[in-house]
Parts: sequence; structure tokens; C-alpha cells
Amino acid sequence: MPPPEGLSPVEEALRDEEVTVSDLKSTLEERLPGASVELAPEQEMMTVNMGPHHPATHGVLRLIVDLEGEVVKDLKPVVGYVHTGIEKSCETMNYWKVIPFVERMDYLGYFSNMESYVGAVEKLVGLEIPRRAQYLRVLHLELNRLHSHLVWLGTSALDLGAMGVYFYCFRDRDRVLDVFEMSTGQRMHTRYFQIGGVAEDIPAGFEKKVRELIETMKIGIGQYESLLDRNEIFLHRTKGVGIVERQRLLDLGVTGPLLRASGDAWDLRKEEGYLVYPEIEFDVPVGTVGDGYDRYRVRLTEMRESLKIIEQCLDGMPEGPWLANDRKYVLPPRAELSTSMESLIHHFKLVTEGFRVAPGEIYNPVESPRGELGCFILADGSSKPARVHFREPSFVNLQSLRDMSIGEYVADLIQTLAMLDPILGGIDR
Amino acid sequence: MPDAPGLELILAEINRSEPGAVIDTSFDREQAALIVDSTKILAVLGWLKDTPGQEYTFLDSVHGVDYLPNTPRFAVHYELLNRERYERLRIKALLADPAAADESGVTVSAGTTAPSATPDPSANGTDAPVPTALSPEGVEMPRIDSCVHLYPTADFQEREVFDFFGIHFDGHPDLRRILMPEDYVGWPQRRDFPVGGEPVIFTKDEVSNPGWWQ
Repeated sequence: MPPPEGLSPVEEALRDEEVTVSDLKSTLEERLPGASVELAPEQEMMTVNMGPHHPATHGVLRLIVDLEGEVVKDLKPVVGYVHTGIEKSCETMNYWKVIPFVERMDYLGYFSNMESYVGAVEKLVGLEIPRRAQYLRVLHLELNRLHSHLVWLGTSALDLGAMGVYFYCFRDRDRVLDVFEMSTGQRMHTRYFQIGGVAEDIPAGFEKKVRELIETMKIGIGQYESLLDRNEIFLHRTKGVGIVERQRLLDLGVTGPLLRASGDAWDLRKEEGYLVYPEIEFDVPVGTVGDGYDRYRVRLTEMRESLKIIEQCLDGMPEGPWLANDRKYVLPPRAELSTSMESLIHHFKLVTEGFRVAPGEIYNPVESPRGELGCFILADGSSKPARVHFREPSFVNLQSLRDMSIGEYVADLIQTLAMLDPILGGIDR
Repeated sequence: MPDAPGLELILAEINRSEPGAVIDTSFDREQAALIVDSTKILAVLGWLKDTPGQEYTFLDSVHGVDYLPNTPRFAVHYELLNRERYERLRIKALLADPAAADESGVTVSAGTTAPSATPDPSANGTDAPVPTALSPEGVEMPRIDSCVHLYPTADFQEREVFDFFGIHFDGHPDLRRILMPEDYVGWPQRRDFPVGGEPVIFTKDEVSNPGWWQ
């Protein structure tokens, strides 16, 4: 049978027998005299699909990886599998009804999501929130950072084969959720931040519980360190892997622990100084090399700094109202409804129609556990936002995965992705 | 953050090198914004990035906005940041909807926005791109130059704006849908796109009543 037209000598050889490219290369000279031993790039390259259902992608992330042997030559992330149209849904709701939506984007950083959105609305309407509410917000934001980093540490260590760390982290993570349950009534997606403050004051015994948590966490962080810091496998897999130079990270818009691991002390809690962060003493941990190990160290140190912030919040917590007293934007206290007609009218108007916001635009960035989380709101004068957009740190940081993994082994891709800490709910929104 | 007079200075300086690039400024709720001609967006962004004393080298966010029923209808916002001084500046590139201009006899060229509807071929340099960008359904899309080579972070974000608003970015290396499925029809974040217009096909209903959702 004459060979079909358009086949290269290599393909012809492959057509006849079951030959792999690698043993073809070694025997090419003897089998096909005169053919070039060098194979074309596309014949040595193998494209591998990783995900969308892969345990190491921490969600529904698909990566199309071009491999040359074991080395990653190119990588394309494919996202959008859990896109739920949250930004579009926000446009159909009153300003105060949007809060539960935005919590569900980055499902580990729900307090940050709320602060970004609620802070933006407060800037739009020019609402000052009471001091106690600011302290309560900072307290919960930092507990949330702790919670998010614990989940990250547990799952990342699991990816690298350290099973025990997972159990320690999730044990302590549940303690943080217990605290959330105590103050907000929910373990996750608490809807605690209100426009104008927080929904409820903290209950009696809350401070004692948080102080207990701080003491446990101080021991806990030491335990994770002792499990990982002298773990030969962990060190080998993280040190010197996934380094991208700082300028490139900045060009790619990377923020958060990834940027700080490369030595850039960029933290919006310091720079933007929202809420009462300027009055609180804490350090911004930075790395030196910017490899996976530095990213791990930065996040672990951040957890210690969060504990410091939480402690200062408890010490400095002022007495007073936890919700602004502006009846045009904030629901009146429940008890007033049975005695005051005016309060009843305000309550009715706020619940049914919501409040109107004068036309304008706002961009409110906060430091979420993953980096800069910015909320853009366009108000068109009605009681619903005309556009809500979130600058999600996971979404922007994911672009740097390509730079981090090219030239590295495919096994290190797991490590790089774990240290990147993407939350797919946040990426896809 | 540049205050209102500072914005006027920036406007004057950009317009000296690139006449007509900045149309207006706005300073609202402590946030500064420049409203620019979308055909000259690259000149403005490049000037703000490279001019000594400005150096807005960090691009935070790129997002699309639909100002329906106002004209020009669309805008692409660039949230710029100077990290040394911690100054934020929003660049708003207004874009008219070419499809709307065709349908109704009333043109949307309200004064300053005419250039974006019909780009001046001479402004596009030597390799003038195709005069129109058509969506898969054959509807003309608003167009703007991609800034990926200035700010690599804009890559995903411009894809997102394209995906949700149907704004075409000229010169983007890989302009595909990013969050919606590749074969999706329509631009979901536009204000005239209905919520809940998607039929949900449950397999259990399809057996008893084939094609119930049509």
C-alpha cells in the first residue's frame, strides 16, 4: 500500500508499528537512513490537561500544560467553571441585600469581601461608622485572615504530602469558626458587616473565648512550624521553586503574600489605612527570595501578626454603639419599632425599597488574605447599584502562575499552585 | 490622590502633547478621574506611566461599565496607582455603541464622543486595523486599544471586559471569553441583558416532556 501523502518520515514510521517518540528517536538513524535525528518541537512536546477536577487545584481550575519531558514549557489556565454571575445578580438587589452575594465569591475571605463592598457603599453615601464597629470589623477581618491562612496551610501541606498538618490546621480553623458562630450566629458567610457598622454587638464571654483562641493559636502556629520547618521533603519541594522577580510580579498586578514574599512590604492595611488599622501596631512580614518557602513563611508570620492585631482590638475595644445612628441608611433598633411610628416608617422604607444613593462611582480597596480586593460600585441614583465589580486578587494573581512554572518540573507545579493560594469562587465570581 | 486643580494640570499637560486626549476631569467623593478619548487611551496611559512626576506604574483594575441609557453608552475604567505616593487615579475611556448608532437614525455622537464611534484611520498608525469589529452574531462591537503591552496585568481583565460587555480590545494577544463558555451568545453584564433569561435544562423534565424549555 502506498503511504498516504503528506506524512513525514517520522509519522510514517509511527504508522507501521507501535513506536513511542522516545524509542523512535534512539532508533531513528538505523530505521530511516537519511532522516534528521532532531524531531520538530511539536513532536517532543506533550500537552497535558490538568483539572478541572484535580485535588491539587483547590477548586475547579483547569490547566493546559505543555510539557517537554518533565519540564513545563507553557501553561494556560482555563477558568470560569464556577461562574455564577454574582456581579450581575448584585445589580438586581438593593444595596443592603447585596452583602450576602459578595460574601460567597471568595468563600474563605468573606469578611474581606463584605468590608470591601460595605466600605464602598459607606464612602458613596458618606456614612461614618462608630469606633466600636470599626474595632469589631478589624477583629473579625483578622480572625478571617487567620481562618483563611489555616485552610491554605492545611491543604497546601496536604498537596506536598504532609498529611498531619491538615488535621492540626483544621482543628484550629474550627476554633476560629466557633468564635464566628458566637458573635455572628454563623460559621461561614456570616453577613455580619452592615452598612453603617456591624449587625450585632458581641455577646458576653466573647472576649474570654477569643483570648483563649489566641493562646491556643500561639501554640498551634508553633506546632505547624515544627511539623514543616525541618521537614526534609517540604523544604526540598518549596525552596528555590517558583521564583519570579519582583518587577515582573508588579507588572502582572500581583499583590498580597505573593508580592510580600519577594521582598516588597506592600500591605493596604498600612498604605490605605482603612478602619482603625493606622492605630494598631503590627509588622508586615516580607520574604527575601520569593520562592515557595518564603510564601509559606510570610503567611505563617502574618498569622502571628493577626494574633497581635486581635489582641490589641480586644484591649482597645471602646464601649458605645456598634451601628451608625443614621436612620436614612441604617435600620432602627428592633425595640424602637413598637413605640415609635417614625422608626417603623424608616424600617419599612429601608426593608422594602432600600435607600437611594446619589449618582457616583467609587473604588474601595482592602487587603484580603490574598491581596488587594477592590470593589467598584457605580450608583445611578436608584436604590440598586448599577454596576458592582470586584478586583479579585485570586483572579489577577493567577496570571503569574505561568511565569512561576515555566522551566520548572511538572511536579513543582503542584507546589507553585498551592503557594499561589487561588480561590476559584473568587476567580470566577 | 490628585485633587481637582491637580487633575486640571494633568489634563493640560496631556493635552499639550496629545491634543484632545483628555476630555474632562472629575473629582467626586475624594476620588480622582480623567475622562479620556478612547482612541487615544494608549497615549494617555503611556504618558501617565512614563512621565517623571506621574509614574502611575501599577494598574489595579480594568473593568467595563454600561451607562445605559446615557450616551456614550460604554466605558472602560482603568484604576491606576502610584505606589510611592499612594495616589490612585481612575481613567475612564468612553465608548459609544456602534450598533445603536446604526439602528436609530439619531447618532450617539454627542459632542466629544464622535471619534470613538468612527475611529480616525490616521490616528491608528501605519497598520490600520479593520475598521469594525464584529461579534459572532454579526453585530458591530465598540473597540478600544489593548494596553497589555503597557500593563501585562490587563490580559485577563480585558478578556473579562470583552466577555461581559462585548468590547473589542485591538491588539490583545488572546482575546477570548474567559468566564462564560466559549460558545455563549450575548454579553451578560450589559444593562439590557436580562437576568434569568437562561433556560435550566433538568434531565428529569426532558424525559417526560421533550423540549419543554423551548
